[in-house]
Amino acid sequence: MDFTPDDEQQALREAVRGLLATTYADHDARRRTVAEDPGFDEKLWGRLAEMGVLGLPFSEADGGVGAGPVEIGIVCQELGRVLAPEPYLASVVHAGGLVAACGTAEQKADVLGRLSAGDLVLAAADTAPGARWSSANDGVRATVEGDAWTLTGVADPVVGGARADLLVVTAALPDGGTGLFLVSPEAVERTGYVAADLTRAASVRFDASAATPLGEPGRDLSASIATISDLTRIMGANQALGVMQSQVRATTDYLKSRTQFGVTLNTFQALTFRAADMYVSLEMAQSMVDWATMTIAGGDPAVVADAADRVGLTIARTGRHVGQEAIQLHGGIAMTAEYAVGVGAAHVEVLGQWLGNGAHHLSRLADRVGEHEMVDAV
Amino acid sequence: MQLELSPTDAEFRTRMRELFTTKVPQEIRDTVLAGRHLSHDQIVESQRILNAEGLAVPHWPTEWGGQDWTDLQRHLWHEEMQRAGVPLPLAFNASMIGPVIAQFGTQEQKERFLPATANLDIWWSQGFSEPDAGSDLASLRTSAVRDGDDWVVNGQKTWTTLGQYGDWIFTLVRTDPEVKKQAGISMLLIDMTSPGVEVRPIELIDGGHEVNEVWFSDVRVPGDLMVGDPGQGWTIAKFLLGNERVGVAPVGATKRALARLKSEAADLMDDPLVRARVAELENDLLALELTALRVVAHSSDGAPHPASSVLKLRGSELQQAVSELALDLAGPASLAARADDDSPQEGWARRSAPTYLNLRKASIYGGSNEVQRQIISRTILGL
Repeated sequence: MDFTPDDEQQALREAVRGLLATTYADHDARRRTVAEDPGFDEKLWGRLAEMGVLGLPFSEADGGVGAGPVEIGIVCQELGRVLAPEPYLASVVHAGGLVAACGTAEQKADVLGRLSAGDLVLAAADTAPGARWSSANDGVRATVEGDAWTLTGVADPVVGGARADLLVVTAALPDGGTGLFLVSPEAVERTGYVAADLTRAASVRFDASAATPLGEPGRDLSASIATISDLTRIMGANQALGVMQSQVRATTDYLKSRTQFGVTLNTFQALTFRAADMYVSLEMAQSMVDWATMTIAGGDPAVVADAADRVGLTIARTGRHVGQEAIQLHGGIAMTAEYAVGVGAAHVEVLGQWLGNGAHHLSRLADRVGEHEMVDAV
Repeated sequence: MQLELSPTDAEFRTRMRELFTTKVPQEIRDTVLAGRHLSHDQIVESQRILNAEGLAVPHWPTEWGGQDWTDLQRHLWHEEMQRAGVPLPLAFNASMIGPVIAQFGTQEQKERFLPATANLDIWWSQGFSEPDAGSDLASLRTSAVRDGDDWVVNGQKTWTTLGQYGDWIFTLVRTDPEVKKQAGISMLLIDMTSPGVEVRPIELIDGGHEVNEVWFSDVRVPGDLMVGDPGQGWTIAKFLLGNERVGVAPVGATKRALARLKSEAADLMDDPLVRARVAELENDLLALELTALRVVAHSSDGAPHPASSVLKLRGSELQQAVSELALDLAGPASLAARADDDSPQEGWARRSAPTYLNLRKASIYGGSNEVQRQIISRTILGL
């Protein structure tokens, strides 16, 4: 048992951190980037591809690097640290993950190869308007005539959906179950919008839109879809952890430097105690994120699903505790869009509401409390 | 990063589990598992069994019965004991005075006290806190004045846990009132049968007799019973309290308490709100357990990790939270706390209120949670 990243993992962290700093040296750079379409920096995306970061999760045969979950988690933490708006979770982890899990060999080599190279941005369209974290999408229905598949319905929110070059769509199959399809953006009507953290999502309307089945046509892929969603949740938790680490650091620095009543704020015990509690929350979250990330390597979908619920609940609780306290201890400055701390709180909230919020994960865990005597770490 | 235990550690854990569940009598373990009070004799019997197996004081130097285990193995030993319902080796002996004598004692003190301390032939009490010196320990006033070869001790200690069973007491006393308050403190080992030592029980809010006042009136203590030099007491106390914080988050015991509550109050587990509270606590306990594992994985040099304050803080909060849930589930049955044994109310429910009240201590002792917040904000965050 070992919770310490090895030298190579540490080197990856430094490299990604260094690269991100070339674009997001400060929060102003992030503000400028999200102010314009597509809401992220295409040049940086290309450089992430060159560094091999976009291909990290995929096998070498498919044009990727074949790295493990810990490496991908490190990338997500670094993205979170600077609130990078690049659609890594949506495009690489989630949509790319669906292709890797369900695509044919040709589809994987083609789509993942181009994704890894930075030539293709993906988005997963898997949520019906008003739906909540289900692997069955009945907002979009698939029909087939001969070999020709078409999709009809609406997916919303589709994270990163307006910019995507290719959509990976979940849809209800004619004979029951949920299938996956590749859909060209030309075949759909897309309406992009800005989320609460200034990242981008879209509403996507399918109207007898031509679609290519991912993998074997007509096969129910619900189980794989659920597992990839769980992996994305765990990586989203890594990203949220990066945000929270920055919030705790910024708050600590602020308490040491900001003067009021002629003294720095860390003179007031009421404030330092609250910072200590933020740190305690952060440490617990770090433990859960490390653990959940490591469970992926074991490959058991039930274990991963359980870990996703557990880390999802912890991040939801910690995200609010740390985010709210970071804003409160900073005071008015954190209410401004100029300052990263408050925007970070928005980002963690967007991640949670997209991938599964605290109430959802708690409800799932509560259903299962009778199935075990106690929960063990190993 | 690697989640699984190594084959060696997994085998170690299996061996611990087997020893604890086969060597320690079922009746003693049932008493612990049910949350009932252990008797003096049960605690002594259990520790002697552990000591015979080399499991009572594994963190001591090997020449005095310690095992050359890794921090992770010590952690596994500690968790498996709690899981099996084995009473932990008496902390005053195993975690506090033993390591202190091994570190600071004379050869004569080591030979005289360490084997007897490991085997619980001597039951030690802790004489640190005083009525005006709790978290601010350096303010203590109990005095020791040199008289020939002896020290003459006068004063009062309080919160002496299980002092009614104590054979000996390790005390901090003021030997020099003229110097800076930390510098004038020394440590004395005192035979509690000495003339002038008086133990008076304190009744607590849970109705139990767990702590005492200990009064010293002209108690003569031979000079060779001072640990370290005069004035070294503060350094020794810091060493001792640093040890005390390790393993201070009783993860295994709290997990076990929650698991038992789930089975004892099984009829209430259909309520979704109850299930949600259980699920939330299980999740928080998992995070705590993982954090404890991260800390042991990092403290390879044996020095207490600064994050041990995090464990103390969160560990006591969760211990208290589980006791709150038990009390809420017991409801009216909890009123029967002091009813006769033929009460129709179930045992767990009757014990719920005293346990809840008793555990309020967890955020006070061993450095209050406010002290821990101070340590975190100063030494970890640099505030």
